[in-house]
Amino acid sequence: MEAILAVTVGIFFAVSIYLMLSKHIIRILLGVAIFGNAVNLTIFTTGRVVREVPPIIPEGVTVPPGITANPLPQALILTAIVISFSFFAFLLVLAFRTYQELGTDDTDGMRVAEPKGEELPPLGY
Amino acid sequence: MAVPGSETLDLSRAMVLAAPSLADWLVVAPVVIPIIVGAVLLMFRHETKIQAGVAIVGLAAMLISNVLLLSRILDAGPVVMTMGRWLPPFGISFTADVLGASLALTATLVALICALYSISDIGTLGRRYGFYPFLMLMMAGVSGSFLTGDIFNLYVWFEVFLISSFGLLILGSEHRQLDGATKYAILNLIGTTLFLTATALLYGVFGTLNMADIAVKAGNVREGAPLITLAVFFLLAFGMKAAAFPVNFWLPASYHTPRIVTAALFGAILTKIGVYALLRVVVMLFPLERAILSGVIAWVAAATMILGVLGALAQTDIRRALGFLVISSVGNILVGLALGSGEGLAGSIFYTFHSMIVTAALYLLAGTMKGLGGSYSLRSLSGLYAAHPMIAAFALLLMLASAGLPPASGLWPKILLVQASLDAGQGWLAFAVLLSGFLTTVALGRVFILTIWRQHEGEALVEKTSPMFGYVTLGVLAVAVIFMGLYPQPVIDIAENAARGLLDGSLYIDAVFPGGQRP
Repeated sequence: MEAILAVTVGIFFAVSIYLMLSKHIIRILLGVAIFGNAVNLTIFTTGRVVREVPPIIPEGVTVPPGITANPLPQALILTAIVISFSFFAFLLVLAFRTYQELGTDDTDGMRVAEPKGEELPPLGY
Repeated sequence: MAVPGSETLDLSRAMVLAAPSLADWLVVAPVVIPIIVGAVLLMFRHETKIQAGVAIVGLAAMLISNVLLLSRILDAGPVVMTMGRWLPPFGISFTADVLGASLALTATLVALICALYSISDIGTLGRRYGFYPFLMLMMAGVSGSFLTGDIFNLYVWFEVFLISSFGLLILGSEHRQLDGATKYAILNLIGTTLFLTATALLYGVFGTLNMADIAVKAGNVREGAPLITLAVFFLLAFGMKAAAFPVNFWLPASYHTPRIVTAALFGAILTKIGVYALLRVVVMLFPLERAILSGVIAWVAAATMILGVLGALAQTDIRRALGFLVISSVGNILVGLALGSGEGLAGSIFYTFHSMIVTAALYLLAGTMKGLGGSYSLRSLSGLYAAHPMIAAFALLLMLASAGLPPASGLWPKILLVQASLDAGQGWLAFAVLLSGFLTTVALGRVFILTIWRQHEGEALVEKTSPMFGYVTLGVLAVAVIFMGLYPQPVIDIAENAARGLLDGSLYIDAVFPGGQRP
């Protein structure tokens, strides 16, 4: 099972990096979204995938009777999902506003903050 | 609900039973205060008159709690507080040691000064858009990053200050801000996601996220685990946040676009969190791997400081030149990381204190100069000495500080770094430090000559805004700069203490697992 997940994670990373290498903001953002999911799957896999019972201690005993599933990766992934989702939402709005204001989503064309051919500082006075 | 047999349970093996003493709450105070104040400010977002005052009171309270925390740590060693009552490594441990607490203190001081300056820089519109709530929540993330002892929690605090910094960066929604913010946001998000990837792999290897626990276990798993890969991953992720070459291009693309006080906050504090995380994770958790990578880190450090200052030399806009100088200062700090000796790390930590204060002061100086002369451009800003000799004095002092010349604070950390490089037999690294200092003198010296000495032509200078807030805030920062320059021993002591804590993690580990009950 880990092997299949590892290959899936690899494909996710490859796809996301390919998309993030694009010049267009929207593709970069799709890449970022897939990147976040690739990491979530990585956390899931590194937490060890086992077919075990939930970590609930039955009534009357003080320790779990046998091996239980690891609950921590779910908690980590849930946190990471919430964060990456909210960031993605923010970035989408930011990218849309930028597209509206600057009229381009090509990163080569976004030179407002760093204009091309700016004058060099004076050499003397 | 009574569970049969629960009377015989010994809960003390799994849980914190005694309530923490009142003094221990100091560890979380620098995080709790800004969150509460930020939430209150958010509720009174439209009361623009009280926003600045409440924020300054909140930051002052944070500063006091930071001072108390640092003095307690210097007395009694690292302070720990574990969340949710579960004993570490299961509960999240806030662990404040000298390094984290002293950096949190410096960051809060800088934020307080910037908040004072913002009274004149942030107008009603900026306040309505929530400058002060964003500032407070960013400071919560900054303090959390410095004080947490759990690596996943560190990631969460990174995201807290990152999302707040997005808000500060695009305040005003000008074209150039949207342009800069897009690059800043996407590249920083990729950087923190890389950090999360590294954390996931680290969890897979160690099965724990508590930094003290990882430091204990690193020796045992070293044989079979790809720790060097992990160290490189963290180096890349935090290097991106710290703006180390070659992953620094988001910084000069964005740091000159927001309001000048926001730029001062970002330049002073945010890159230094990346540096702190590098020190904490790479030096404390992976010491042997750091030694293997030291050659790579040394080249990154040298390239960062030289290319940073060369970038500054090519800029006409003062703010953009300052952005490149921030990169150059990060290069200087990385020298200590490359050397890994106590002296080198002490130099790096001292340089971080110095750089936080001087970077903020330089940005505020640029803002005050703009207020007096009406421009950030080296082509048009001129004649300040004749009109305002006071600003010339501040500019001279900060130029000396940034270049590492006496009597200002930049001298001592550079001496420590050069000495440590020579002791380690890395003469070329010492040369790089000195060369970057020389080029900084040239870059800022030219700013000084052109803006201050050059005669102003055309119509007389008209004060756009009162420089009063600029003078007061620069005055406070100048006192700190001169104090650290003339009487550096207390700061060197703290830096050496922090470096010892990094190299020998036993104090940190014993604070998290008291009584030798390491898992």
